[in-house]
Amino acid sequence: MSDRTEVLVIGGGSTGCGVARDLATRGVDVTLVEQGNLTHGTTGRMHGLLHSGGRYAVSDQASARECIEENRVLRDIASHCVEMTGGLFVKRPEDTEEYFQEKLEGCRECGIPAEVLTAEEAREVEPFLAGDIDKAIRVPDGAIDPFRLCVANAADAEAHGARIETHSPVTDVLVEDGEVVGVEVTHESGAGKRVHGVEGGTEEIYADHVVNATGAWAGRIGDMAGVDVEVRPSKGVMTVMNVREVDTVINRCKPKGDADIVVPHETTCILGTTDEEVEDPEDYPEEAWEVDLMIEELSKLVPMLDGARTIRSYWGVRPLYEPPGTGTEDPTDITRDFFLLDHDERDDLPGMTSIVGGKFTTYRLMAEQISDHVCDLLGVDAACTTADEPLPGSEDFSVLRDYMDEFGLRSPIGRRSVQRLGSRADEVLKTGEPNPVVCQCEAVTRAELRDAIEGSGSDLNAVRLRTRASMGNCQGGFCAHRMANELHAGGDFDRPTVDAALDELWQERWKGQRHALWGEQLSQAMLNHLLHATTFNRDGAAPEDFSAFDAGGDATEAADGGVAADRTPDGGDAGGD
Amino acid sequence: MAIESDVVVVGGGLAGATAALSAAREGAHVHLISANESTLRQASGLIDALGYPEPGPDVDGDGGASASGPLADPFAGIDDLPETHPYRVAGADALREGLALFDDAVGDLYRGGHTDRNALVATTSGRTKPTARYPRSMAPGVVSDERPMLLVGFEAATDFDAELAAERLSAAGVPFDVSGATIAFPGEYRADAAVTRLAHALERDEDAGNGRTTRQRLADRIRPHLGDAERVGIPAILGDAHVEEVRADLSERLDAAVFEVPTGPPSLPGIRLADRLFEALDEAGVSMTTGTPVVDFESTGGADGDRIDRVLIDRNGARIPYSAEQFVLATGGLVGKGLDSDRERATEAVFDCHVPQPDDRTDWSAEGAFADHAFARFGVDPDGTMRPLGRDGEPEYENLRAAGGVVGGADVAREKSASGVSLATGLVAGRTAAEEA
Repeated sequence: MSDRTEVLVIGGGSTGCGVARDLATRGVDVTLVEQGNLTHGTTGRMHGLLHSGGRYAVSDQASARECIEENRVLRDIASHCVEMTGGLFVKRPEDTEEYFQEKLEGCRECGIPAEVLTAEEAREVEPFLAGDIDKAIRVPDGAIDPFRLCVANAADAEAHGARIETHSPVTDVLVEDGEVVGVEVTHESGAGKRVHGVEGGTEEIYADHVVNATGAWAGRIGDMAGVDVEVRPSKGVMTVMNVREVDTVINRCKPKGDADIVVPHETTCILGTTDEEVEDPEDYPEEAWEVDLMIEELSKLVPMLDGARTIRSYWGVRPLYEPPGTGTEDPTDITRDFFLLDHDERDDLPGMTSIVGGKFTTYRLMAEQISDHVCDLLGVDAACTTADEPLPGSEDFSVLRDYMDEFGLRSPIGRRSVQRLGSRADEVLKTGEPNPVVCQCEAVTRAELRDAIEGSGSDLNAVRLRTRASMGNCQGGFCAHRMANELHAGGDFDRPTVDAALDELWQERWKGQRHALWGEQLSQAMLNHLLHATTFNRDGAAPEDFSAFDAGGDATEAADGGVAADRTPDGGDAGGD
Repeated sequence: MAIESDVVVVGGGLAGATAALSAAREGAHVHLISANESTLRQASGLIDALGYPEPGPDVDGDGGASASGPLADPFAGIDDLPETHPYRVAGADALREGLALFDDAVGDLYRGGHTDRNALVATTSGRTKPTARYPRSMAPGVVSDERPMLLVGFEAATDFDAELAAERLSAAGVPFDVSGATIAFPGEYRADAAVTRLAHALERDEDAGNGRTTRQRLADRIRPHLGDAERVGIPAILGDAHVEEVRADLSERLDAAVFEVPTGPPSLPGIRLADRLFEALDEAGVSMTTGTPVVDFESTGGADGDRIDRVLIDRNGARIPYSAEQFVLATGGLVGKGLDSDRERATEAVFDCHVPQPDDRTDWSAEGAFADHAFARFGVDPDGTMRPLGRDGEPEYENLRAAGGVVGGADVAREKSASGVSLATGLVAGRTAAEEA
């Protein structure tokens, strides 16, 4: 099997999806391949901060300026993915006044609106801030949903003719006559939407140009093409709380360090993070001390975090890169800027460009610069429109309509559904069928799930990322099986497919919960274990010989709702027996 | 002045009720203190004894016990359990006697007592589960019965997909034809109507429009799907207390045996069982205080170790003491909050009895979701009369016994032994407490 496209993008994270959208809207024929779900790599494993630029205002002002500019763009084109929470840089007594002033001046130099709040004023904004803080700087940080953003980019790319293939790892880069001419991918299931159990197979996709947007995995693709791309993956932990202890992004105002940010995200807060270089982006230790450090350090800013319930932790790997020979020792000192590696110029290997480094908030700008580069090479003369054209879901739309009444949903389910769906709410929610809530924690209804299933096939983890179903307190204990039922009834998938998808979702949910197993979340884990093993018996095998078991042979049972062939049915002897 | 009894039982779930009944049967005056609603209300209502043997090494690497089929005879599996398992500790007859006490207490509400063998009951997800006792309302649904079966689910109910459950049962090789159908529950309800609301409608047989009642219309909607089915399974919402009346009416209308399929919470069979056990406690003369957690206790040192003198409950801020000769701890496990934990360690919540556990939190759980988790076995470590032992192997208190989920040493979820462990340990704890009182 083989196919031909103008540009092949490897990687379904923010950069890859952004490039696919950008090129497709310029009229270029694009195919995007991703080894897992969209956001499978680093994009799906970050803390969801929409930077104001404040974090870089002292150390890296170029990045800070890009951040505030893109922050404004995303609020506009991706309004249904962004929540403008605002952010605070909080100074504790042990943090220096000198750095506080540098931060403030840095923000002002970079055009980041910054306002000094007294401790009292800061606690008016966030009542649970520690009693002994000195003061804070208020900046326009926000929260952004990376899943929703990537899906919207990919959907817009598809609407402009792009082909998106998830669960299709690249197994080879095709090099002919000293030039990259395409890739070989292995489809884990059939082409198109993922369906468990469908035979995949390999496919060669030929392209005029290949964009390696695989982040921390860029070195692997480089190896396949015979070039060195020395990414330095660096891991960081994110710990998810079960509620929003804060409604504002809380940063510690000090030069650098682990455990210095709390980001409110949907129903949760996310604590971050650490920064440790690792060898392999897929195989590194996830350690309890990292989680403990988040709680202990960040409770100095928000004391109630100590002893509060966490529902899981996850780790991501930053795709840090620096040009060969820079030799920075500490990964926290490596630049967050991005690098466009033209392998023709760099390695005498035309046909491929790699993107490394960079950060999520400026993904669109990176995508624009990469797309400009690719369009130059291909001789395409079309302007980038991604800074102005809203993403699907963020078109002009009033969220103030009375959705509760209109769709027969209770509050806050109606409100939350519409916040996630944005301008797609009408098309998704107006089904004319009963629309029960499937995931109570995150207020996800059947209609929204079935829309997500339509978009991502039998992959319940992809459905989860699109809808947030199974991402709340119970971590799927009360809804994972319901989601599987929707695959069967709504998606029309057969039993083995549904069972495989459910097992995969359940195991993925379990992986992150293992880092939160104490207190109430351990109780929750035990409840989930009892519900799924005891009540449903999902783990136990069926017998080979059914006749060895009690067949209800009690003499009274024949009269107990039983209808023997030779008897007049009495329907169960209500008087008892 | 303290309220005095021979035996105070702390906890009102299956283990607490069993311990209280067991002690009362020996002639003790028993007082039962329960902090909140029984966790039985969340349980399916099935009484599991031992469904699967102790899993061997994880040979296929998936962390599961899938290699072993279910036990037809739960008693046959007990000798193979580790010596620290509550069944081994409580002695060979404890489970049998506990089940007999249960049969006595619940009377006609349950079936399965006519044989030692396990029954297999179809769960809402269409798996066959080995269990020792089952509500009478589930009896026609047992899987070893070979009559053709129809499963019926409701459009707006998300927990049960009848067609999928039927496909899973067929794939498991059940000895009968089974099909599934999804219908709308008769009457006008919101899509997310509570199951208790639907159960009320069936129990009271409310008007469901067009001059027809809920049961009439439900039967009308099921009938076209019947085919050759001789029995019809519906999620366990067939009324509150009068399930047999609802079932009989529907069975007659459909000319097929209607039965309930056990569900997750909220579970009407669980609620019915909790209610029945409280009646039995009342009949046995057990006095009860509910809605009040035990918040503290007082003890004195004695020649043979410490003794608990009294426990204190919290009622609207006032601390009220309850004295007794003997105490039974039946506060439940991690779910019932008889066990507590923080980032450092897991603890027993009332008396801080020793809870064996791995030192490193990372080792509390295993990688596979259904693998052998240490946390699932957390609990106190009892001697043969169910007295929790300290780290030194000596009883923590000479007059304290433990029963049910707070007792460690068994992964009751994987074994399918939760109720049986409560019955066996409750029986021994209650009886030995009464004997010493």
